[in-house]
Amino acid sequence: MRTLLLALAMLVGLGLPALAVDPYEQLADPVLEARARELSTGLRCLVCQNETIDESNAGLAHDIRTLLRERLVAGDSDAQAVKAIVDRYGEFVLLRPRLHPATLMLWFGPGLVLLLAAGGAMAWLRQHRREARPPIPLSDDERRSLQTLLEEKQS
Amino acid sequence: MITEFGHFALILALCVAIVQSSVPLIGAARGRAAWMEVGRSAALVQFLLVAVAMGVLMHAYIVSDFSVINVAQNSHTDKPLFYKITGVWGNHEGSMLLWAFMLALCSAAVAAFSGNLPADLRARVLAVQGMIAVGFLAFILATSNPFLRTWPVPSNGNGLNPVLQDPGLAFHPPFLYLGYVGFSVAFSFSVAALIEGRVDAAWGRWVRPWSLASWCALTVGIALGSWWAYYTLGWGGWWFWDPVENASLMPWIVGTALIHSAIVVERRETLKSWTILLAIVTFSLSLVGTFLVRSGVLSSVHAFAVDPRRGAFILGLLVIAIGGSLSLYAARAPALKGGGIFAPISREGALLLNNVLLATCAATVFLGTLYPLFLDAIHGPKISVGAPFFNQTFVPLMVPVLVAMAVGPMLAWKRGDLGAAMQRLWMAFAAAAVVVLGMFYVTTGAPVLAILGLGLGVWTACGVLTEWADRVRLFRVPLRQSWHRAVHLPRAAFGMTLGHLGIAITVIGISAQPFQQEFLGYMKLGDQAALAGYQLRLDKVERVQGPNFVADEATILVTRGTQTVAVQHPQRRYFQLQDQTTGVTSIRSGLDADLYLAIGDPNEDGAWTIRAYWKPIVSWIWLGGLVMAAGGAVSLSDRRWRVGVAHKLRRPRGLQIAAGE
Repeated sequence: MRTLLLALAMLVGLGLPALAVDPYEQLADPVLEARARELSTGLRCLVCQNETIDESNAGLAHDIRTLLRERLVAGDSDAQAVKAIVDRYGEFVLLRPRLHPATLMLWFGPGLVLLLAAGGAMAWLRQHRREARPPIPLSDDERRSLQTLLEEKQS
Repeated sequence: MITEFGHFALILALCVAIVQSSVPLIGAARGRAAWMEVGRSAALVQFLLVAVAMGVLMHAYIVSDFSVINVAQNSHTDKPLFYKITGVWGNHEGSMLLWAFMLALCSAAVAAFSGNLPADLRARVLAVQGMIAVGFLAFILATSNPFLRTWPVPSNGNGLNPVLQDPGLAFHPPFLYLGYVGFSVAFSFSVAALIEGRVDAAWGRWVRPWSLASWCALTVGIALGSWWAYYTLGWGGWWFWDPVENASLMPWIVGTALIHSAIVVERRETLKSWTILLAIVTFSLSLVGTFLVRSGVLSSVHAFAVDPRRGAFILGLLVIAIGGSLSLYAARAPALKGGGIFAPISREGALLLNNVLLATCAATVFLGTLYPLFLDAIHGPKISVGAPFFNQTFVPLMVPVLVAMAVGPMLAWKRGDLGAAMQRLWMAFAAAAVVVLGMFYVTTGAPVLAILGLGLGVWTACGVLTEWADRVRLFRVPLRQSWHRAVHLPRAAFGMTLGHLGIAITVIGISAQPFQQEFLGYMKLGDQAALAGYQLRLDKVERVQGPNFVADEATILVTRGTQTVAVQHPQRRYFQLQDQTTGVTSIRSGLDADLYLAIGDPNEDGAWTIRAYWKPIVSWIWLGGLVMAAGGAVSLSDRRWRVGVAHKLRRPRGLQIAAGE
């Protein structure tokens, strides 16, 4: 199914130049349009490889852009408009995945790695310093010869 | 006939690689000098053979020999000669051959320029290089052979994807691969050191220039790819956090950590096993990157099954290379005892912090890139991980990296004085504060994060320049003397200044992007549009004939007030052979801002879709990349890498003082 969609997207995409939002899709109200553009950067064109609907020229991206603008014109809040799109196209449409059990590792992974790396570095530093022996102090003989050397240099 | 010759050379190269991977290793274990020497000659012969194979494939492309499947599928007689040649690596089989060629080139370079390396270390390094070559050559011959013939011979080829017929993209893969493959040398040195159980400053001296050179090539490759995306795709995006991009970013980040920690090995003989791990991980990520892009696994884990032979081979190679080296690491690394101790606040400490942060950055990109695949593989929910995720995780991690980048070089080795360093940085802090407050003052409703990013970039740039000014004692001694010091500064120090400055330039360029302005609309001939104080007027749209396309070329007059600024010609090209349309943007690039124009479809009324952007200092993003790579190159030219030369020549006095600081 996925491959089919991809093939379809390629067919649709081929005839078009690489431009995304078409001028006629734009809303007359600049504030609403700005909101639509902002939201668009967080929504994925499902049939493209990692493109937002704002960037994609596929037919499906056009459909989602249109739906999004319809919802905003109808007075939806940002969250409501996005929810309407997720309801129709699924979580896959969100480029910023929601926090739920399956994405826990994704969202907290970086922090965990940072803690582990920083903790590991600190532990290593501490152990390394403990293991390293302090420099052996000079013996009396050495101290005396050093003293003579220094005096020689001064005179 | 010539094609079969190339095919044969490739098979022979595999045989030689098998010898290269085994005989010197046994020789090193048994102490047989003659066996160890085999490594050198095998590496050189293998390079010649792969070069022949590469040349033969290139020849087939140049003469358009469509009896070769690979040529028929990816070339065409109408294609300009330049793209016939670069088309060699514009496809899976050819790019794998390019990979093997680069690998053989690196091995040959090690063989040729390693006269002063201990014989057993050299033998082991070349043997490991040989093993990697065996894996790749076997992969090419078994699953991705570019020399296969077809019958009947097609009258013409399918041509290369028009989007790929572009100078930026022609040079993008060679640089990227040179970077990926160059890290194989650091990997081989690490594996060889693990086998020997010995790592010393001399090892660091060998690994660092190789890592640095690879890092430079990778930097250029990534910058080229990003620049290509910027001017090709028609809306001026330059980084998409696409898995394909992330695949090249991961080895770059870990490689950056590697070139920093190798300094510590070389200077202070500590952090050894960590540096070895970084070298292994860098190359492993290069392998993963190559295969992520080439295997089709990115569209879906289950696309792997489309060509199960290729998928299984790739997986096997990855398991052997990464699993094998990491197991060896686990077994041998604990025996490597590190030397010099240092306080947390010290140059070493700063480099360690750099490594901790960069490792986390790399892990974040890895997680974000592979998590959807992982969920897909365990039949979990389908999710997308895109730019918003990385902006929320990766970008905050870069903040401490940049803050520390200005401070680290100011700290002394072993034990540094943070207070004194901060005192020397007061000007950088003041400059950043002025920029941030100034931006808040002159703009209204501007994105706060972008302004903070600008401040951070200015902080880093000024910090780097302050460090350099301190080194040459600018304004503290007569200018002539400062100049003398600047010229005689160790190249490595100057390279660091440039490299760090490059990052700052890129960060400033990125942070300025939210201030871009856009015009999107239909324009009829003679229509005017306003953009960032400029006036655009669509004067005409003409049909022009290219070598293998026809194009609609617009003429857009750009004026500011009464002054003509530019006449720009964006195109919309139609490639008949592929029935495909691509846009060719027209960009008036400058250090202050880019004017970015693209033309799209006409509507029913005969008005053309015009998309125009004003992008402030966007070119700084890639300029910074070039400066970074230049910094690496300058550092590479440091006399101390020419091992054996440095201590024979007496250094001039000025240099001694500068180096001693």
